[in-house]
Amino acid sequence: MPLDLFTVGDPIADTKAPVDVPIGERWSTRRFRARLVNPANRRKLTVIVVGTGLAGGSAAATLGEAGYKVKNFWFHDSPRRAHSVAAQGGINAAKNYRNDGDSVHRLFYDTVKGGDFRSRENNVHRLAEVSVNIIDQCVAQGVPFAREYGGLLDNRSFGGAQVSRTFYARGQTGQQLLYGAYQALERQMAAGTVEQFARHEMLDLIIVDGRARGIVARNLITGEVSTHFADAVVLATGGYSNVFYLSTNAKGSNATAIWRAHKRGAYFANPCYTQIHPTCIPVKGDYQSKLTLMSESLRNDGRVWVPKERGDERDPRDIPEDERDYYLERIYPAFGNLVPRDIASRQAKNVCDEGRGVGPGGLGVYLDFGDAMKRLGRPAIEAKYGNLFDMYAQITGEDPYETPMRIYPAVHYTMGGLWVDYDLQSTIPGMFVIGEANFSDHGANRLGASALMQGLADGYFVLPNTINDYLADGPFEKVDDGHPAVAEALQDVQGRVQKLLSINGNRTPASFHRELGRLMWDLCGMERSDEGLRKALDRIPEIRQEFWTNLKVSGDQDTINPTLEHAGRVADFIDLAELMCIDALHRNESCGGHFRAESQTPEGEALRDDENFAYVAAWEWTPEGAPPVLHREDLEYEYVHLAQRSYK
Amino acid sequence: MTATREGASFASGTATDPAMAPHGMTLTLRIWRQKGPADKGRMVTYQVEDISPDMSFLEMLDVLNEKLILADDDPVVFDHDCREGICGSCGLMINGTAHGRGTSGGPTTTCQLHMRKFKDGDTIDIEPWRATAFPVIKDLSVDRGALDRIIQSGGYISAPTGTAPEAHSILVPKKDSDAAFDAATCIGCGACVAACPNASSMLFTAAKVSHLGLFPQGQPERNERVVNMIAQQDLEGFGGCTNIGECSAACPKGISMENISRLNHDLLGALRAGARPKS
Amino acid sequence: MAVSGIILVLYLIAHMIGNLKVFAGRESFNGYSEWIRTIGEPAVPAQTTLTIIRIVLLVAVIAHIWAAIALWRQAKRARPNGYVTKKAVAQSYASRTMRWGGVIVGLFVIYHILDLTMGVANPEGPSGTPYDRLVAGFSNPLITAVYVIALILLGMHLRHGIWSATQTLGQSNKRREKTVNLFALVFSVVLIGGFLIVPFSVLFGLVG
Repeated sequence: MPLDLFTVGDPIADTKAPVDVPIGERWSTRRFRARLVNPANRRKLTVIVVGTGLAGGSAAATLGEAGYKVKNFWFHDSPRRAHSVAAQGGINAAKNYRNDGDSVHRLFYDTVKGGDFRSRENNVHRLAEVSVNIIDQCVAQGVPFAREYGGLLDNRSFGGAQVSRTFYARGQTGQQLLYGAYQALERQMAAGTVEQFARHEMLDLIIVDGRARGIVARNLITGEVSTHFADAVVLATGGYSNVFYLSTNAKGSNATAIWRAHKRGAYFANPCYTQIHPTCIPVKGDYQSKLTLMSESLRNDGRVWVPKERGDERDPRDIPEDERDYYLERIYPAFGNLVPRDIASRQAKNVCDEGRGVGPGGLGVYLDFGDAMKRLGRPAIEAKYGNLFDMYAQITGEDPYETPMRIYPAVHYTMGGLWVDYDLQSTIPGMFVIGEANFSDHGANRLGASALMQGLADGYFVLPNTINDYLADGPFEKVDDGHPAVAEALQDVQGRVQKLLSINGNRTPASFHRELGRLMWDLCGMERSDEGLRKALDRIPEIRQEFWTNLKVSGDQDTINPTLEHAGRVADFIDLAELMCIDALHRNESCGGHFRAESQTPEGEALRDDENFAYVAAWEWTPEGAPPVLHREDLEYEYVHLAQRSYK
Repeated sequence: MTATREGASFASGTATDPAMAPHGMTLTLRIWRQKGPADKGRMVTYQVEDISPDMSFLEMLDVLNEKLILADDDPVVFDHDCREGICGSCGLMINGTAHGRGTSGGPTTTCQLHMRKFKDGDTIDIEPWRATAFPVIKDLSVDRGALDRIIQSGGYISAPTGTAPEAHSILVPKKDSDAAFDAATCIGCGACVAACPNASSMLFTAAKVSHLGLFPQGQPERNERVVNMIAQQDLEGFGGCTNIGECSAACPKGISMENISRLNHDLLGALRAGARPKS
Repeated sequence: MAVSGIILVLYLIAHMIGNLKVFAGRESFNGYSEWIRTIGEPAVPAQTTLTIIRIVLLVAVIAHIWAAIALWRQAKRARPNGYVTKKAVAQSYASRTMRWGGVIVGLFVIYHILDLTMGVANPEGPSGTPYDRLVAGFSNPLITAVYVIALILLGMHLRHGIWSATQTLGQSNKRREKTVNLFALVFSVVLIGGFLIVPFSVLFGLVG
């Protein structure tokens, strides 16, 4: 690996998990060994929580209930808008209500295996353990999970799992779980334990004497940049899929908080691990602002195909059977259309790259329910998929009962994130990272219905039982704006805002964002190669250069200015994109959601390289100009034995 | 690998692929522009061209804003986020109906309204939600914090983390659970208030009262919840409910009027039982 | 609003049925009018029951108007600056006309009392019997027209009012919603029909 792109530093290790006891006892042991904070002392301790999604909302509420003084920041108008709200599928829990052989150990096992052996066993086991508490907690809050006629909770099998452990609330599980956390949070706000900072965006982390002591935030309505102090800072700011511009994430989802923390010293782990969902509605035109995901369950009855000939522009209904290529059924006769997400996505890209894609721009494949309609009849299809078909029709203006749907993969989750230890503390003392913003539990690939589980596990049960060990040393010495480190952070942010407004060039932030996103999708998306990543790494600095000299932001800074907000986020995405490409380039193996062209079996399937890459890549930022430093955290598998996936 | 498809570029902003060529609707937009809460505000007319019928309404506004930015004008501020109809951020009064419900033909959020519902040459009036309780921040963006404060006044079940009993220890009839879910799908967008001739938030409040009141877990706080939430909604300056039904018709999630009846039922019961608002 | 409305609706039912006495002839109608004034005699003095009814009605009317004004003022405060463009999606004509329809019905009731109860606004004058006043009034197409318009407005007022009262008293649900609305419609049509039949009968000479 060339030294100009990065350097290798000391290995890093998690020191908090009590590995001296068996895995099943580690979480209870850690809770026992963690120092506690006397209830009377808790109100002397302030914790800043940034974000109000499943992780942030549940953490802020729980810490408030515990008696800490919580300051909660979010950029939306209401905490209920956080993008967790959009999760459709469900939430896993090892309740074994179906008596189908599920257990904490099986959920642990499935998650480690599903993560393609790139996650930490200790964290995943704990996740499986607390999964059962999450369901209890949510039911107690009034989350309307689907129920059976007997009044018991319903479960379904999700994402190819062999047990039915997924709890769900129709297709709106994320929404209902989020509202549970949101209501708990609002209750604490009314009780005065959580102070609210709506429409505030975190723009920097304040570190004093080596500890995270606060944030610099901009009030998005008045434009005022101000400092906020605390004894600990919790980031729950979600993932960074929007580095690809088009993703299933909300328009506002961004990486700014974690990226600024990274620049202040938090290591960024596995940035190249992104998840691509195979069944999204394809791009229609260059105006497209976001992609919409449709439940994977569609692949249970829909058959995926493209024309055998390139450039076949006939109406799909006029293409005879023998001129169609049901490529998933052809390549993977055993799993057919139900191959895992990454494989379905990559093959869709392959056929489109061959020029056989369908729809506008040739970026789509057919998902055909013709056979299912014949076999089951339209009423059965309506009953099963009616809402998805309606959604498709509303967005595309096409009737999927009449003509095959068109689908294409889209980025929807990032497994990478800030590096944290077993306590969910980053490499900056006093800064904790929870939910999608950290890297901890999903390895190189996340299983369906596990994101909601992790967000709530971190916020309700893990962080509130580990942060006390850190806070036991507090309260820390008072800081204010007079401290040089604080003044410097404040000036940094103000300078940056001024700079963005003063360039006065000819391109909008969205235009840069689109260009960056397209580059990342092509070269650091589903399939990566040495050549492509190097091309991206050549191009990104050019985009950055143009961004900082030709950006156009109109309007003022002392009022609500979405263009200015977007510009700041795009600037950070550009930097993050570079790190993602470096990470992807150095990881010369195919694993989880990613296919590396140079690492494949003779049949063209993903080939993992445990010999060389069974580690977490934790990247350290170095000041402008110097390449990032790689710190490896070796992964050891005591309980789940390394094995190669196969879906043939 | 990485065969970048020639011409399929949506990155540069110049569509060269014939399939992505402009579809050419020209529209006149009359948009409410208001610099801030103190500004009086007025309708300003803009022209947009090459609008594809496949665009969403917000993507059409994106096109306008990109133009305004490059012309060094102030782009139009509007709230939006998920753009898939679930976060509740977006909300515009389009041609006099909330979320363009008069044009959409079915329940929708603004982000899920597509331009194919409009015709070339149309004039479209775009206004913010208007209510005293929703002060305008700028242009089409309003402050809906009042809805959060209604939730704060009682829209929850007190269940501190860690105190929950085993999930199956309380059975909930499927009928109740389903009805609770229907009410719980409210996304808090505020369309009900915007559409209501009285600017009442009754449907919003009723959805939450219904959702929680239908669960066994919600019973202990049921009386206090309804009186406090109603008191808060009055305090916020919302109008009273006269059961006209514009709210439910405008609701992107189809929250039914029966929730209002259920709230009233609870309210009368609570008052009879002696429940009084906290403050 | 709902409670006072219900009291007024109950009164209207009795009023409508009483009106139909007109078809039983002059004596019957005048006798009915006399009976109302003497209910309870000799246990209580003449007019006692009627006065009680009048007080209850007056209180109900005042409560109804007071609540309406309060709601209207609240609505006005809740949205002082209206939309430049506003269209209704679900709103029925009935619900839209509740406020000014209510005002017109209120004015009509005053006229109606002056006309038929007190007789001061009646062509026959206060001296005639109730039956004479009725016939005299409705023989005039103009007066009949006023009654017809007012009664149709009242009908719409009732249609929405009944549905709204069911909601306000927490007695509606998705299952009942259709039934309640249908009932409100049928009830209003029958009631107003019952009222209208009298002036039309007079106008077309069936009664007289």
